[in-house]
Amino acid sequence: MSEGIGAAVKRKEDKRFITGRGKYTDDIRMENQAYGAFVRSPHAHAEIKGIDTSAAEAMDGVIAVLNGKQLKDDAIGDIITGWAITSKDGNPMNVGAWNPMATARVRHVGEPVVIVIAESQAQARLAAEAVEVDYEELPAVAAATRALEDGAPLLHDNVPGNLIFDWEIGDEAAADAGLAGATHVTELDIVNNRLAPNAIEPRSAIAVYNDIDDHYTLYTTSQNPHVARLVLSAFYNIAPEHKLRVIAPDVGGGFGSKIYIYPEEITCLWASMKTGRSVKWTSDRSEAFMTDAHARDHVTKARMGFDADGKIVGLKVNTVANIGAYASLFATATPTYLYGTLLSGQYNIANVYCDVKAVHTNTVPVDAYRGAGRPEATYVMERLMETAAREMGMDPAELRRRNFITEFPHQTPVIMTYDAGDFHALLEKGQAAADIAGFAARKSEAASRGKLRGIGYSCYIEACGIAPSKAVGSLGAGVGLWESAEVRVNPVGTIEILTGSHAHGQGHETTFAQVVSDRFGLPMDNITIVHGDTDKVQMGMGTYGSRSGAVGMNAIVKAMDKVEAKVKKIAAHTLEASDDDIVIEDGEVKVAGTDKKMAWHEVGLAAYTAHNLPDGMEPGLKEGAFYDPTNFTFPSGTYICEVEVDPETGVVEVVQFTAADDFGTVINPMIVEGQVHGGVTQGIGQALLENVVYDEDGQLITGSYMDYCMPRADDVPSYVLEHSTTVAPSNPLGVKGCGEAGAIGSPPAVINAITDAIGNNNLTMPATPHKVWAAIQEVGLPQAAE
Amino acid sequence: MYAVNYHKPASIEDAVAAIGGAEEAKILAGGQTLLPTMKQHLAAPSDVVDVRGISGMTDIAVRGDTVTIGAAATHAAVAASSEVDTVCPALATLAAGIGDPAVRHMGTIGGSIANNDPAADYPAGLLGLGATIVTNQREIAADDFFTGMFTTALEDGEIITAVSVGKPDRAGYAKFRNPASRYAMVGVFVAQTGSGVRVAVTGAGEDGVFRHAGLEAALSSNWSSEAVDGVDVGSDGLMSDIHASADYRAHLIKVMAKRAAAAS
Ligand SMILES: Cc1cc2nc3c(=O)[nH]c(=O)nc-3n(C[C@H](O)[C@H](O)[C@H](O)COP(=O)(O)OP(=O)(O)OC[C@H]3O[C@@H](n4cnc5c(N)ncnc54)[C@H](O)[C@@H]3O)c2cc1C
Repeated sequence: MSEGIGAAVKRKEDKRFITGRGKYTDDIRMENQAYGAFVRSPHAHAEIKGIDTSAAEAMDGVIAVLNGKQLKDDAIGDIITGWAITSKDGNPMNVGAWNPMATARVRHVGEPVVIVIAESQAQARLAAEAVEVDYEELPAVAAATRALEDGAPLLHDNVPGNLIFDWEIGDEAAADAGLAGATHVTELDIVNNRLAPNAIEPRSAIAVYNDIDDHYTLYTTSQNPHVARLVLSAFYNIAPEHKLRVIAPDVGGGFGSKIYIYPEEITCLWASMKTGRSVKWTSDRSEAFMTDAHARDHVTKARMGFDADGKIVGLKVNTVANIGAYASLFATATPTYLYGTLLSGQYNIANVYCDVKAVHTNTVPVDAYRGAGRPEATYVMERLMETAAREMGMDPAELRRRNFITEFPHQTPVIMTYDAGDFHALLEKGQAAADIAGFAARKSEAASRGKLRGIGYSCYIEACGIAPSKAVGSLGAGVGLWESAEVRVNPVGTIEILTGSHAHGQGHETTFAQVVSDRFGLPMDNITIVHGDTDKVQMGMGTYGSRSGAVGMNAIVKAMDKVEAKVKKIAAHTLEASDDDIVIEDGEVKVAGTDKKMAWHEVGLAAYTAHNLPDGMEPGLKEGAFYDPTNFTFPSGTYICEVEVDPETGVVEVVQFTAADDFGTVINPMIVEGQVHGGVTQGIGQALLENVVYDEDGQLITGSYMDYCMPRADDVPSYVLEHSTTVAPSNPLGVKGCGEAGAIGSPPAVINAITDAIGNNNLTMPATPHKVWAAIQEVGLPQAAE
Repeated sequence: MYAVNYHKPASIEDAVAAIGGAEEAKILAGGQTLLPTMKQHLAAPSDVVDVRGISGMTDIAVRGDTVTIGAAATHAAVAASSEVDTVCPALATLAAGIGDPAVRHMGTIGGSIANNDPAADYPAGLLGLGATIVTNQREIAADDFFTGMFTTALEDGEIITAVSVGKPDRAGYAKFRNPASRYAMVGVFVAQTGSGVRVAVTGAGEDGVFRHAGLEAALSSNWSSEAVDGVDVGSDGLMSDIHASADYRAHLIKVMAKRAAAAS
């Protein structure tokens, strides 16, 4: 069927998005709406000595000026960390307390201190400028490695040495022994640069308090409205769940940054109750740079040992992860269980060890962002592999081939059990599509134009579809990571699918409908997806970690199983056949091998008229399911990047980028392609352009697009995409997930290509023209281009 | 943004009156620089006087070997102008490389040079061409107009009405874009004019746009890449920031000078 699984159906939702008729939080206006504006810390670290709000309170339109102490006095809770990590010495982690608005001390530039509520946004902002906060500045520290040094400024009294935890995974003695016996050891110092997420729609919230029912509604830019309601109720004491409705309407991109429930949303809810007004706040871009959770920011030392045949005999990784001033929701899981567990890559390695020190600094909290931990792991693995191949004089593809895992399931030494994959096939597909054989000719042609051409590989594996609840529970997660779905068949046979997944660009209204269309042979037009409202969908875990396909869609499948069973019973009863003989095809419910049949909608109607149902059957046709995965899913791929470097200026052009991916079953190839395009573009952004810079005192230098460089269309080539598929054995659809792969796999391919071109491996991300030029100066021009 | 009074006069006289009658007036052209600073509360004029409706302000005309460009001509208009192209195609190329299409269709030549951003393109073009800046009060030679980073010879309330540029024997512009802002990290405009070779550098100097005597001397004697190679471009007085060190900028000045000369 043309709209089923595997069809490149155009996205249903795009009609409203591209005609400007999407409805985003900031488009919503409540009748008695007032506006909030935050007074934010200009300092990276300071003691609050006093707050004078009198001038602000006297200004036109001002309704209230509220501070963090008042919020605390009303028993609004501190912001939580969702994953408890245990240090290698057995001690629990130490995280600093995070007040939604600072009470005594501010710890990063942009931290909220006061909220002003006024009749208009302009009045609120003007009055916010009139609030006088008396600060006593304290010494600050922005770099995680510096924060660990003796005598570094300390952020939280309960976090000695700024060290949140010192965590390990794998067997250190075994890794050491492996390295000691190696014939070749490759050693790298690696920096994974800090990123700002930059969703096109900034965060926004409207909090609506109804004093008659003591009920709250929050419209907000969330990737997981149910998780938002859960933590707002259980931890922040806004209201019990039945008195709190969270609606995440159209959301313009998240990439992880809209998973978290931030100080601003909590404060708006509380302020709405305090003032009896609906309170709206919408971040501007400057606020976004100072408050949206940042990403990555690892400093790593890695050593990989090989035997004489090029087989990996040991890997040891030591990482310092910057968590920022406070530990955000997934901040502790990202550099541990989403990072260390992927340090076996696509390779059969007996001995892997990784140690991670997580550190508080005077910077914006760092949390999960497209890939979350897995890009950092892949960067370590794939920079090591390429470097080792060069050092040993081997073809980088051959070195990888010799180490590929070929049998599944495969238990790595770092928790994960890979259940399926064909890494040789991916490498072959990638090499063929990238025309590896023609590279030498392309390189010399480039040299004739004065350009240095280089090539680099990255063979990634990642874990997504997060995750079996029992497994993550045993590792410290505060929640289960299943998903829910409800399938409602109306009396006329049309279907509403309620899902706990949330779409903010992914196209669920299309792909989820395709899965249903495929199953029952119904036109997509008869199927609607409902999501993003806690009053409509009972519970859900939301969208992140490429989990909507692998977990969310499979919950729909489970609910459809139940619907199908009931449909068959009704049809069998009506058509006087046995349940087992009933088949559902092309919108018809038939007795196999006969011409006896009912139209789909006739079964729907029969279920609701209930005039002739099997004995004991309840009327209606509506089923729900919770799906808890039994394993992660493991997308994998080979990415091959070709660059040309202008040796005069250091400018890098990505001239060819090939991605060969294994995403398991593909529901909609066009949407999957779009996900790869977006992910790879973000990865190229990280490799070449993007970097959050703080100065020594914790002032944010890259606070706008004048200094923070996002990738634009002319920074990336037209991508070459390939697929090689092994289905995921752990879920009924066989899907693995595709949302993050591009961002995970691409950065090392780009850097490997540049370092190949310039003949200097000493290069950090982002490889700006200035850095590339300096790296060329360091070693001189490679032979071919002179 | 704070509340502000908006005026759109049709004549210079009305504009001058509007400026004179206001508590603190700012001239508004394309708003590409002024409005963002007002939104961030870095500028807070009581009144803005939009000069784009003043008659003649967007005209572009050639008389003899000189093209006169109205101060409110947008970058897009200059880039597409056959008049500019006949007198100095390098200036049209420069305009076509400013910002993005939205900026080019709003931003104006007068606004750009009045602002004199140290990374803006036009200051290099006009200084390199030895242009004349015409105001409602006088004519100012480009050599006297750009007086330092974000500062010019303009008096308070003085309105640029046009810029005139004489035809050079040859001219070229090469810009190395700041990857983030896409302003010039280094831009070099080279021109051979009746009064000799002129080389103007933008994006690099701590005091904004400047002429480079060493490059001018080298290109005067020999208009070639090799001549540029022989020039010692030091890093003294050059900017250093997260995007580029002074050394790298010094290096780029030479590379861009060669490319500009080759493009002429
Ligand atoms: C995203 C972006 C990218 C950009 N990239 C570039 C780039 O690559 N290269 C580049 O050169 N520029 C760039 N710009 C700046 C752009 O060229 C602006 O047009 C220019 O800085 C100001 O012109 P405007 O007409 O918008 O002036 P406005 O913003 O309206 O005014 C700027 C200043 O000039 C004064 N002014 C305006 N007109 C007159 C006049 N006739 N007489 C006296 N004073 C006047 C105003 O009072 C104000 O102080 C960029 C801007 C943006 C927003």
